[in-house]
Amino acid sequence: MSVLKDSIVELIRKTSAEIPDDVQQSLLASLKREQAGTIAESALKIIQRNIELAQSKSQPLCQDTGSVIFYVDAPRDFDQAGFEETAREAVSAATKAGYLRQNSVDSITGRNDGTNVGPGAPVLHFHQHRSPEIKVRMMLKGGGCENVGAQYSLPIEKMKANRDLDGCRKVILDAVLQAQGKGCGPGILGVCIGGDRATGYEHSKHQFLRKIDDRNPNPELDRLEQDILETGNSLGIGPMGFGGKTTLLGVKIGVLNRVPASFFVSVSYMCWAFRRQGVTLSSEGKIQQWLY
Amino acid sequence: MISLTAPFTEEKIRALKVGDEVEISGVVFTGRDAVHKYLHEGGALPAEVSFQNGIVYHCGPVVLRDEQGAWKVVAAGPTTSIREEPYQGEIIKKFGLRGVIGKGGMGDRTLAACQEFGCVYFHAIGGAAQVLAECIKRVPNVHFQKEFGSPEAIWEMVVEKFPVVVTMDSHGNSLHKKVYDASVAALAKRL
Ligand code: SF4
Repeated sequence: MSVLKDSIVELIRKTSAEIPDDVQQSLLASLKREQAGTIAESALKIIQRNIELAQSKSQPLCQDTGSVIFYVDAPRDFDQAGFEETAREAVSAATKAGYLRQNSVDSITGRNDGTNVGPGAPVLHFHQHRSPEIKVRMMLKGGGCENVGAQYSLPIEKMKANRDLDGCRKVILDAVLQAQGKGCGPGILGVCIGGDRATGYEHSKHQFLRKIDDRNPNPELDRLEQDILETGNSLGIGPMGFGGKTTLLGVKIGVLNRVPASFFVSVSYMCWAFRRQGVTLSSEGKIQQWLY
Repeated sequence: MISLTAPFTEEKIRALKVGDEVEISGVVFTGRDAVHKYLHEGGALPAEVSFQNGIVYHCGPVVLRDEQGAWKVVAAGPTTSIREEPYQGEIIKKFGLRGVIGKGGMGDRTLAACQEFGCVYFHAIGGAAQVLAECIKRVPNVHFQKEFGSPEAIWEMVVEKFPVVVTMDSHGNSLHKKVYDASVAALAKRL
């Protein structure tokens, strides 16, 4: 039991303190793109210094360590209930160790018991698969960027957004416009076309598990992703909304079926402090491999 | 890079323009939702705290006590400022603030108060908790910690070369407005 707990605490530590390599590469590329001497460039340089400091001190990249979300893929005989209990213990241990801020509040009383464990905290998604592999991925999703997420119910007449891919494009770009720099951009968009109000948002977050530089296997969605990335970056919003060339680092779009009466487009925004990591575990719970 | 050191006089503040990169050295006071609401409702500052020619920082820091009992700031990034929009203008006027540090920018009422009373909005880099914590050299005091809890308390911080960008100045200019308007126009061409 405690092997598994130690592994999850280590997963949380690394997620909180170290930016994944794909995100780092993308941030470095954007630093090159910005014009020398601009405030956009300065902002990205400070972000780089922050990344280095956090890693070397093993301290949270950002003080808002966000909501703690786990994605677990495991075989049929996997002890799901046991994992959940251990994950909750690990979250409260990681909070004691300072890898997570005391960040979970009772929604009615406002009380914060300092453990980060409570109803809906942490969030756990389990998926059973046929391979023997145990894969645990996690994400820390900050509040500032969560607040600029948006859900659109198509059609929307005043935006001339119909129930087609062009309508989707319009509302996704509207979300970028409304967010400006408020979600601590440059940001990454996770989008879901379809689903219901709950599954749409859930699936939009799921897109953040994809690497920034991967490409969508569906050619139509790939085109839409590239188009929104390019168009979004042409708006001049820039890092922190200071103006500049990098507004978005990536756009990831998934699709779910919908009922004929509904057409939702759900957009989640992830800040530059994109904290996600993952491991494969042995059956005893030991970390075998890092995934990002 | 402009270096801005205490005392933060009206003259120094009026000289700043939107887009200026500034490094602040001196005392800043944290204050977020609870403090702003309290002051706006007529509450008084503790006797030892004065916002006259002062700077308030929208921040809920993570602060620990070391073995000698001194406060040590572990993380201190800015929080979203727009939540204080209903209160900020009044507080600038009533308490004589010269600067507000935060992220995301603020609205028209704050911008008008900045112009009328000589105050600027400084944007810190959101999420840069570690870099900003390194610029906080000492924490001489904390006020209202019992009343409002640690993140909402007024922390007195001595900062050195704290990096910010002026995004709203005392001449009625707002970078946030400018970027928003330009991006609306740019998007209209791409739809
Ligand atoms: S949006 Fe992200 S970077 Fe900004 S404060 Fe929140 S968690 Fe930190």
